[in-house]
Amino acid sequence: MNLILKIWRQKNPKTMGNFVTYRMDDVSPEMSFLEMLDALNKKLVEEDKDPVAFDHDCREGICGSCGMYINGHPHGPVPAITTCHLSMRYFRDGDTIWVEPWRAKPFPVIKDLIVDRSAFDKIQTAGGFISVNTGAAPEANSILVRKKKSDEAFDSSVCIGCGACVAACKNASAMLFVSAKISQFALLPQGRIEAKERVRAMVEKMDELGFGSCSNTGACEAECPKQIKLTNIARLNREYYKAF
Amino acid sequence: MGKLNSKIPDGPLAQKWTKYKASVKLVNPANKKKLEIIVVGTGLSGASAASALGELGYSVKNFCYQDSPRRAHSVAAQGGINAAKNYQNDGDSIYRLFYDMIKGGDYRAREANVYRAAEVSNDVIDHYTALGVPFARDYGGTLDTRSFGGVQVSRTFYAKGQTGQQCLLGCYSSLNRQIKKGNVTMYPRREMLDLVVIDGKARGIIARNLLTGEIERHAAHAVVLATGGYGTIYYLSTLAVNSNASAAWKAHKKGAFFANPSFIQIHPTCVPQLNEFQSKLTLMSESLRNDGRIWVPKMKDDKRPANSIPEEERDYYLERRYPAFGNLVPRDVASRAAKERCDAGYGVGETGLAVNLDFRDAIKKQGKKAIENKYGNLFEMYKTITGIDPYEEPMRIYPAGHYTMGGLWVDYELMTTIPGLYAIGESNFSDHGANRLGASSLMQAAGDGYFVLPNTISNYLADEIRVPKISTDKPEFEETENSAVERLNKLISIKGKQTASSFHKRLGKILWDHCGMTRNEEGLKKALTLISELKKEFWKDLNVPGTINEINMELEKAGRVADYFELAELLVTDALDRKESCGAHFREEFQTPDGEAQRNDEKFTYVAAWEYAGEGKPHILHKEELKFEEVEMKVRSYK
Ligand SMILES: Cc1cc2nc3c(=O)[nH]c(=O)nc-3n(C[C@H](O)[C@H](O)[C@H](O)COP(=O)(O)OP(=O)(O)OC[C@H]3O[C@@H](n4cnc5c(N)ncnc54)[C@H](O)[C@@H]3O)c2cc1C
Ligand code: SF4
Ligand code: FES
Repeated sequence: MNLILKIWRQKNPKTMGNFVTYRMDDVSPEMSFLEMLDALNKKLVEEDKDPVAFDHDCREGICGSCGMYINGHPHGPVPAITTCHLSMRYFRDGDTIWVEPWRAKPFPVIKDLIVDRSAFDKIQTAGGFISVNTGAAPEANSILVRKKKSDEAFDSSVCIGCGACVAACKNASAMLFVSAKISQFALLPQGRIEAKERVRAMVEKMDELGFGSCSNTGACEAECPKQIKLTNIARLNREYYKAF
Repeated sequence: MGKLNSKIPDGPLAQKWTKYKASVKLVNPANKKKLEIIVVGTGLSGASAASALGELGYSVKNFCYQDSPRRAHSVAAQGGINAAKNYQNDGDSIYRLFYDMIKGGDYRAREANVYRAAEVSNDVIDHYTALGVPFARDYGGTLDTRSFGGVQVSRTFYAKGQTGQQCLLGCYSSLNRQIKKGNVTMYPRREMLDLVVIDGKARGIIARNLLTGEIERHAAHAVVLATGGYGTIYYLSTLAVNSNASAAWKAHKKGAFFANPSFIQIHPTCVPQLNEFQSKLTLMSESLRNDGRIWVPKMKDDKRPANSIPEEERDYYLERRYPAFGNLVPRDVASRAAKERCDAGYGVGETGLAVNLDFRDAIKKQGKKAIENKYGNLFEMYKTITGIDPYEEPMRIYPAGHYTMGGLWVDYELMTTIPGLYAIGESNFSDHGANRLGASSLMQAAGDGYFVLPNTISNYLADEIRVPKISTDKPEFEETENSAVERLNKLISIKGKQTASSFHKRLGKILWDHCGMTRNEEGLKKALTLISELKKEFWKDLNVPGTINEINMELEKAGRVADYFELAELLVTDALDRKESCGAHFREEFQTPDGEAQRNDEKFTYVAAWEYAGEGKPHILHKEELKFEEVEMKVRSYK
């Protein structure tokens, strides 16, 4: 199939960016979206032009590196998948596809489709851990956890830190991301001990870094490739009120 | 043995590690703070080492090329992590885990290291559980396990199909705690370009800031490489596409021997190649072989849809050839068996390079719900990629490059042949011999980082306490930086026509065809010629746009591919030199009449450790003879 791509090009954080139009011919429906961009970049490099910069690594939906707005949706129009898993069979011959970086104040654009998500790491550093030294752990089966709770904790723990939730939110709120980590630990006995300090530290850091507040729109849940649920945010709020 | 001293402690196997720890030199807390350690890599091995060393009080600098340590390739591991807990009461023990790894590795691993890896495996599970890793549990609240290939016990702990992610996030959390405390400084988006060696000791690295192109000097009293495997040398593999051998290769050129480079595991169950721009081959976890049955049609070139081929016309070739282990034979055996069927014309799909992995019987017996509980996310992923629903039709799978047993040579203390340079996790060669058993790599990587290295590194650092902070103004830093910059300039100034990836693809094809699942002398010799020709073409016709002083992903790729050309030559040389078949290294000339690998223990019971001898000179082979004191060497049979 033949496509028209409108891709956001921006040289660095300081310069203004703009959309540049590229024609892509003979795209196979079996390619992934990133493989289609690889093909475009191959062409650009062969013409000695600057290829489109984007983050990616695992290319199987788990590392959280990739992420871009595609036709107005973070990670593209197909729900519950990452950009690297988006197949070109969802597009039609003649389509025009708009490609943009995450847009959110706490995630400044670095180049083209690459943004700076280090704010997420800072939030995790503030409190996203259980304080146990190597070698000090008790025998694993001495900590019993109800299967249901453990499964719930797992469902929260699968967040890949991609940032789509922030990009989707009109307030650039990081509540879904933060609530996923808070929930994982809040649901497990190992995590209860520091629950209060953790939630306070992470929320404080999140506010300090300029993420907006949650107005319960639910765009984050709708766009999250790992289907992290809004109920996590409710749990985060409960944990936060309990912490004072 | 010459330059190789594996430093295996004396005494009975089961007591070596305990004895070692009891007598190892220690560094007192006040001195630890003054000692700096560089850890390159934030996968299971690197992040665990950095955090454990931080907890001990050392000053740690941790590097990765991704934007966050949480994205290291370990995140993609699916199936599980082994430990000898014997929670199932099925006869498991540290000894049995050790034995399975030695046998699975086809008697080409060092007994003492493997035993220790099995020994610390239980501590790893305890630690992850305490860190809040949500491993699967049973209704009574205890941890659940499952079986993996090549073993007859159930010892694999798992978190659905995302065990690597959950373990890595556990490591990342312990790393964050040390970052907050100021014991670890994190340097993401950095690529190590070279190792700095001063007076024969590893003293630092040259790194490139991938956002600004700035070249940085970092000094330390010791350097730890945790940079992962080089499976992407085949271009198409199950690894994260930016995985590379560059850090290890640069260390090799500075004096670290490279061991068994040709021992590369080809994983039997991956999504086959679908298009020419394909950038990776997604793994379908080995755990699927617990319930999926592998088959091809009995008739050649049978193009009927799988579901319309009647039972009696299906060849369940693994069950037929290996009745004792059936679909759960080790990876090397399963991969070769698939290749054998496809080469003989029985493969399925458009290319004929695929076999069926069928869940029909399991769904019939256990119900769709049960299968969904176990493999839901893998089935989803398969459907996302291929558009085919594995609940309705068999998956199509084919082998792909997956794991490198080979890597930097290390002694019992995980130190390379450069004093003060350590290699842990997949970047070393140590624990898996000629073939790795499933779920034992996460185990080794985390064991190395959390429990082994923090104990062994003090033996070296205890003698370094009087060495003041190392200055980056030393001439060795200057020289190393200059040569790194010179190389970047060389790559960028070729100004040819072809992309780094297109060279990488062609290099990968040469290796896959001639040094992949099976090898033979003629093919290997041909590969050497082809690689050398392509390498010349690379240095004449590569194009890297842009400059070195900015984000330049083409430049990053070009550097990695350039190193892969050199490693590829060594890999093929190693495969040529080893005139036997063992584990993943299958030389067609050396097989039994029924097509199984034939070892030559008399001549090849050694680790091949290669020394770099200088540009254009042949590598020098050093042999570490392997002694099997505990385990009797047998023909590895899974029949
Ligand atoms: C798809 C897949 C599934 C797997 N499933 C399992 C499983 O179920 N069980 C199991 O036991 N094993 C599994 N494995 C194997 C296992 O995941 C790896 O062997 C293991 O995670 C390696 O960990 P590591 O710490 O050695 O390195 P990695 O996790 O590969 O980390 C390498 C690190 O080094 C850094 N790095 C590399 N080069 C440089 C450089 N030049 N400069 C700076 N930083 C650098 C990277 O940024 C990264 O942080 C799987 C592997 C694959 C490919
Ligand atoms: S919550 Fe979802 S969208 Fe947000 S970072 Fe995690 S995986 Fe991405
Ligand atoms: S590249 Fe890893 S999630 Fe997309």
